Amino acid sequence: MTAPLLKLTKKDFTSDQEVRWCPGCADFAILAAVQKLMPELNVPREKVVFVSGIGCSSRFPYYMNTYGFHGIHGRAPAIATGVKMANPDLQVWVVTGDGDSLSIGGNHLIHALRRNVDLKILLFDNRIYGLTKGQASPTSELGKKTKSSPLGTVDRPFNPLTLVLGAGATFVARTVANDMAHMTQVLRRAAAHKGSAFVEIWQNCPVFNDGAFEQWAEKDVRDDSLVKLEHGKPLVWGKNKDKGLRIGGNFSLEMGSAEGAVVHDEKREDVTLALALSALEPPWPQAFGVLRAVEKPTLEVLAREQEKAAAAMKGPKDLAALLQSGDTWEVGTGEA
Amino acid sequence: MSVPAPRSQQAIQHAVVRFAGDSGDGMQLTGTEFTREAALHGNDLATFPDYPAEIRAPAGTTAGVSGYQIQFAAHEVFSPGDQPDTLVAMNPAALKVHLQDLKRGGLLIVNDAAFEKGDLERAGWKSNPLSDGSLEGYRVIRINFEKLVTQAVEGAGVSAKDASRCKNFFALGLVFWIYSRETEREEIAIRARFAKKPELAEANLRAFRAGYNYGETIEALDAPFTIPPAKLKPGKYRNITGNSALALGLVAAGQQSGLRLFFGSYPITPASDILHELSRYRRYDVTTFQAEDEIAAIAAAIGSSFTGSLGITASSGPGLALKTEAMGLAVMTELPLVIINVQRGGPSTGLPTKTEQSDLFQAVYGRNGECPLAVIASRSPADCFETALEACRIAVEYRTPVIMLSDGSLANGSEPWLLPRVEDLPKFSPNFATDPAGFHPYKRDEKMARAWAIPGTPGLEHRIGGLEKDALTGNISYDALNHEKMVRTRAEKIRRIADAFPKTQPYFDDKGDVLVIGWGGTYGSITQAVIEARASGIRVGHVHLRHIFPLPNDLSDVAARYRAILIPELNTGQLRLHLRGQIGLEGIGLNKIQGKPFHVAEVRSAIESLARRSAPSAKEIA
Repeated sequence: MTAPLLKLTKKDFTSDQEVRWCPGCADFAILAAVQKLMPELNVPREKVVFVSGIGCSSRFPYYMNTYGFHGIHGRAPAIATGVKMANPDLQVWVVTGDGDSLSIGGNHLIHALRRNVDLKILLFDNRIYGLTKGQASPTSELGKKTKSSPLGTVDRPFNPLTLVLGAGATFVARTVANDMAHMTQVLRRAAAHKGSAFVEIWQNCPVFNDGAFEQWAEKDVRDDSLVKLEHGKPLVWGKNKDKGLRIGGNFSLEMGSAEGAVVHDEKREDVTLALALSALEPPWPQAFGVLRAVEKPTLEVLAREQEKAAAAMKGPKDLAALLQSGDTWEVGTGEA
Repeated sequence: MSVPAPRSQQAIQHAVVRFAGDSGDGMQLTGTEFTREAALHGNDLATFPDYPAEIRAPAGTTAGVSGYQIQFAAHEVFSPGDQPDTLVAMNPAALKVHLQDLKRGGLLIVNDAAFEKGDLERAGWKSNPLSDGSLEGYRVIRINFEKLVTQAVEGAGVSAKDASRCKNFFALGLVFWIYSRETEREEIAIRARFAKKPELAEANLRAFRAGYNYGETIEALDAPFTIPPAKLKPGKYRNITGNSALALGLVAAGQQSGLRLFFGSYPITPASDILHELSRYRRYDVTTFQAEDEIAAIAAAIGSSFTGSLGITASSGPGLALKTEAMGLAVMTELPLVIINVQRGGPSTGLPTKTEQSDLFQAVYGRNGECPLAVIASRSPADCFETALEACRIAVEYRTPVIMLSDGSLANGSEPWLLPRVEDLPKFSPNFATDPAGFHPYKRDEKMARAWAIPGTPGLEHRIGGLEKDALTGNISYDALNHEKMVRTRAEKIRRIADAFPKTQPYFDDKGDVLVIGWGGTYGSITQAVIEARASGIRVGHVHLRHIFPLPNDLSDVAARYRAILIPELNTGQLRLHLRGQIGLEGIGLNKIQGKPFHVAEVRSAIESLARRSAPSAKEIA
């Protein structure tokens, strides 16, 4: 196509489908952020694919005016792997939820990450099953009373960030849907990452788990309860940036003054710092931003390189020769 | 090697040989080596490898016995044969398992050295069969393999353990002599096989030659047998297993359609070889993906089909069970997809290395919702090539998942394959949508196939998924009448595939006493059984169904030309019930569920007894 690229707008990425989330759902904010970000990425609309599983979040592809595939429960990373391997030129996004990707689809999530398929995986984490109306999810906190756990849950939750770092994710970040600026910045970083990018988005479900994150993610408490990660900057937090994370004795992180705080390095090859940050839970300040961003070869590129190498070594395609390879013999017409 | 030509030879028309030993004795290798020479000699042949699920079951036990049977002939053969003429038993356990099958008067080669007290106990012999009369009625060649092989390879520079492992090539050499096979090609093959370890090559060569010479020296037979080449259809041949042929069929489908192949698979017996084979053909625009599980394998294949590759996944019954939900997604999204089921004994883990045809219901009916897709079955190892190509063609042309049924006996069995000419292979086109004018994702062509618009195509951006679709736009629709319309549309699309099938032409008699309707890997046994039954004067036709669903439109009409219908299956009667339910056809079942193929004799006697039972009464004749 030689036609000049028209500058696209948010509207170009908005489909004609009616958005059917509950009023007040944080999914609206995420949708708006993604639709707004897309034109800026300069990827032609036809080269963008959104893949999802099942759940509230998984309706997302229907609202994007790109190619989209609404899959089956938990399988979005696997479907998306097929999409990306079939055409590495596409920009492929996976939209999933805590039930979809950490429960029924946990296996696909970790394997997509270990393979470093170039997928942008957005986990909308509301710590509850929404579409099925209010059961405990793999991120619901221990003891949580839900429809399926009236006496409180007895299973401990996953920490999504620790999980995906353990799976070898090359890009790991966390943001919250009610901080549009931060969320957009993190999504932009994820889009630019070559390889699997995993973003946990705290997303409030006003119907079944309202206020799940309000103690630390609301605007007025954020500064004191979240440590905002910036590459090359010290790990400090607090309204006055006066508190810092440092290495203490016994191989542990400790809270102290800002002075001497560890400097964040998202490009660290080893995963120790990112893991330590991922594991911070209240009363510690929780990590917010990009924990890890390292470059590794991606699955789809490695696979295509192998194909090219095989072709270079064995010569051009020749179906007739392939069929006749191995030990063959002729039966003549004479003796028949 | 110079071997004196045997003094005299006796020409025979066919023979069945079975090699049996411990699963570590190399019997599969011995069998395939013998098979290659038979093929290159020009014999027609059919093979049946039969091995345990365990890599190494306890040595010397009957659980660990591995066998390989070949029938080779100077004429066309259809099955690996019912009973061996020659049985090689490398230990008492192999003898225990296989002696009952050996033809009376057949040739038995036993490894004398392996019949110590402990060996006999492990194999469950109460007394020594070599001396208690168990072997009466057979021609027995007792050989101390250990001693002879050790002597033969002395000086080749291998350890005592490696020397002992050359026993199978000694046995191979002896059987080469018995059937007057040429040794040159085998010697080259041994050198090539052990090219990286010259001392092993030397040792195995010596063992092979020693085995051959041993036959001559002891005059194992008055005169060794010869089996001249078969009068096969002229052309170029290669011996091939079902899984290899299937993999080549897929590659051919990719090349003939111009589509990139995406093969997602998870290791499972007996389907894994398809993954192994295809991963060697990557330069033919083949992407192979060893997924984390069966579900991911099919899900990724579906994703690739959405993106314009031909998605393929292969497994066996238990894996197919896991893929079930995703098959529904492919039916709903109407994407091309080929799902291969190399069937094995079930249910559950069942009999992983044994053959069975018990997944027909699973294939045709085993999904939630009204969920029709095409089901086809291959009939012989070489036929897996054509069937795979046909599965891909239907999938692409009708935008539908297609299940291709193979089975364990086809997958590992082999036969000569008359190589097709590439110019004779079918060509088909994905016919991708490119024009935004009037585009709707669920707009259909004359085959009722929907538009296939792939990411990367400007102006055709659209969303699909597992929720019910509007009949034209593909948008989510909960409309009651639209749902009924879509259910009927999906069914009608599959039904119409049958409109393009060729006329059903029964083999042998096109009307008469008995019509045998078979499917899948029973083809060889049924064909031979029909030939033999007809020789006794019964008029028998044979229809072997490639298309299980939809069925050929004219099957009822064809069946009406016979007095009785026999439906042999390696299950409890799934095709029989399928035919009853789909077209009201009543057949008599012949059913075997032992993890083993039919013997020809079993099918023949069923044909004969059915012919007798349904013979016209005197009144009818009058």
